[in-house]
Amino acid sequence: MAELINMRKAYGNALIALGRANLDVVVLSADVSNSDHSAMFEEVFPDRFFNVGIAEQSLVDVAVGLAYSGKIAFANTFAFLFATRALEMVRTHLCYGEANVKLMAAYAGLSDSFDGPTHHAITDVAIMRALPRMCVVIPADGIAIDGLLPQVAAWPGPVYFRLNRNEVPVIYDAAFTPTIGKAHVVREGDDVTIISNGIMLARSLAAAEELHARGLEARVLDMHTVKPLDREAVLDAARQTGAIVTAEEHSVVGGLGSAVAEVTGEDLPVPVVRVGIADRFAETGPYALLLDRYGMAIEDVVAGAERAIAAKRRVFV
Amino acid sequence: MHYHSEALIKDLSLKAQTFRIEVLRMVNRAQTGHIGGAFSAAEIMAALYFHHLRIDPDNPTWEDRDRLLFSKGHACAMLYTCMAHRGYFPVEELATFRQIDSRLQGHPDRMKLPGVEVCAGPLGHGVAIGVGMALAQKSRMAGVKPSAMSAPSGRASIGRTYVVLGDGEINAGVVWEGAMAAAKFKLGNLVAILDYNGIQQTGASADVMPTEPIVDKWEAFGWHVQEIDGHNMAEILNALDRADEVHARPSIIVARTTKGKGVSFMEYDNRWHGMPPDRQQFEAALAELEEGVRSWLN
Repeated sequence: MAELINMRKAYGNALIALGRANLDVVVLSADVSNSDHSAMFEEVFPDRFFNVGIAEQSLVDVAVGLAYSGKIAFANTFAFLFATRALEMVRTHLCYGEANVKLMAAYAGLSDSFDGPTHHAITDVAIMRALPRMCVVIPADGIAIDGLLPQVAAWPGPVYFRLNRNEVPVIYDAAFTPTIGKAHVVREGDDVTIISNGIMLARSLAAAEELHARGLEARVLDMHTVKPLDREAVLDAARQTGAIVTAEEHSVVGGLGSAVAEVTGEDLPVPVVRVGIADRFAETGPYALLLDRYGMAIEDVVAGAERAIAAKRRVFV
Repeated sequence: MHYHSEALIKDLSLKAQTFRIEVLRMVNRAQTGHIGGAFSAAEIMAALYFHHLRIDPDNPTWEDRDRLLFSKGHACAMLYTCMAHRGYFPVEELATFRQIDSRLQGHPDRMKLPGVEVCAGPLGHGVAIGVGMALAQKSRMAGVKPSAMSAPSGRASIGRTYVVLGDGEINAGVVWEGAMAAAKFKLGNLVAILDYNGIQQTGASADVMPTEPIVDKWEAFGWHVQEIDGHNMAEILNALDRADEVHARPSIIVARTTKGKGVSFMEYDNRWHGMPPDRQQFEAALAELEEGVRSWLN
C-alpha cells in the first residue's frame, strides 16, 4: 500500500509557505475555509484573509478588485461553484479583464463523494480550459502542490488549480518539482502512453503495472497542466508509442482526453481512448468505489490501453 | 453644508450638457449604443471626473488614485466622453466608438483603454469589485493591520473607490452580496452612486423589478445613504463631500435622475435605452440639447 497524503493539509501548508514568501498574497474563502483548508492561512495571516460569506460571485469579484490593486488573490471554494455559479465573473474579469486571480478549486472531481452529484465537479476542466487566457493545473499529490503553488502565484494571469479533497497516494519524491506547462514522464514505455493527472495518475501507474504483467509497456505522463497543454509531449507519445489512453477524473467530454485528441487529431492522428466519466452524473458513495463505478477503475485504464493498442495495430498493419 | 461656488456649479453643469451632445453624436455616428442611461448619468460623471476624483490622466496607473468603477457599462459613451475631455485620450478618438480597431469597445475594456478600471457590461459587478479595491486601499493605508480596517480613511494619501451603478443593474444578486461584504469590512472608503433613472430595457423599473424602498434597503444593508436630485450639481457635489466624511461604513448616494435627460422625446422612454436616433430624431435631439447649453451660458 502506497503512502497517502492528505491533499487539503498539503494545500494549507503550501499556502502558508507562499504567504510567508510573498506579502502580496491574499486569500479569500466563501465560508468553507475549514473545508478547503484556507483556514490554515487565516490562522497565520488573519489580516490577509477575507471570508465573504456564502457568496461565490462576490468571492470572485472581491478577489478581482484586490488583484486589480496589485494583490495576488487566492480565491477558495468548491470547484463546481467556480465553474458554474461564478463563471461569468471568471470569464469577464479573470480572462477578459486579465485579473491576476488564482482559483483554488477544492473538492474537485468526485472527491467530495458523499455530498453527491450536486457537489461533484466533473465538467469544470472542460469549462475552464475553453476560456481564453485561463491556465488549468491539476496536481497529483502533495509534493506536486508544494512545487506548483509558487508557480501558480508567479503565473502572469488567472489559474484554475484543481484540488482533491481526500488522501491520495504519494507519487513524487520531495525533491521533485513539476513545471507548469511541462508534462512529466513518470514511467517509460513503448507500447502505449497513458496521459493522466490528479488522482488518476496513481491509478494509471497501477494500470501500467498490470499491463506490464500482461507483457505491454505503458509510458505514463503526468499532464498536470491541461492548459497550456504540452503539445510536444503529446506528439512525442503519439510518435513513439502510437497509441494513447487518457485517464482523468472528469467527464470524457471536453477535458484532458479532448485536449489530447485535439492535438493528435490535427497533427499526428493515432488512437486516443478516453477514460473518465461517460457524460453522466455520478451518485453518493465512498470515493474509491465511485471512481471504480463511474469508469475510472484501474481496470478501465488497462482496458482502455489495450483498446488503444489494438486500434493502433488495425491502423498501422 | 459645503460651499461650492456658483461658477463651479455652472461650469460642471455646462460640461454635463455638452457631454450629452457628444454622446448623441457618438451613438448617431455609430448607429449603435446606449443614450438613455448615459444622459441620466451626465451630471454625476461630470462631477466625478472634473471635480471630485483625485486622478491623473497622464498616469492612469498611479497607485494612490481614486478608482472609478463605471458598473453600468452599457452607458459607456458618457464614460468615454468624460475620459477624453479629461485628457485620457484625444477627443477625436470618440469618433471610433464601437468600430473595429477602436479602443472604445462596445462595453469598456480595461486592457484596451488605460484609465478604465474594470470591464463592465454584464451588470452588477461594480460593488463587489469595489469592495476588493477598497480593501486593498485600506490595507495599504493600515500596513495590513486588521484594527485599522475600520479606521477613518481620510483623504490624505490613499485613494478611495467610487462605483457608479444603474438602478436596473441592482436587480442582480451579486450587487447585494457585495453590499453585505462592504458593510462587514467597514469600508468607509467605498462610495456608490446609484443613477436611479427609473427605467430599464423593457420598461419602468417599478414594473420590471420593484426596488423601492431603495433608501431603506441600503440602510438595512448597513450603508450610509443620501438621496439627492441627480441632475442638481450642487446636491451631487455636497453628497460626494459628505460621503467622504463617513467612516467605518460604506456610503451610497441615491441619485434620482431622468433616463434620456435633456431630450423631451427620449425622457422616461425605455426605447431610448439602446436605440440609435434616425436623422430627424438626431436633429431634434441636438436642437434641444443645444438649447440646454445656451440656458447655462446665459
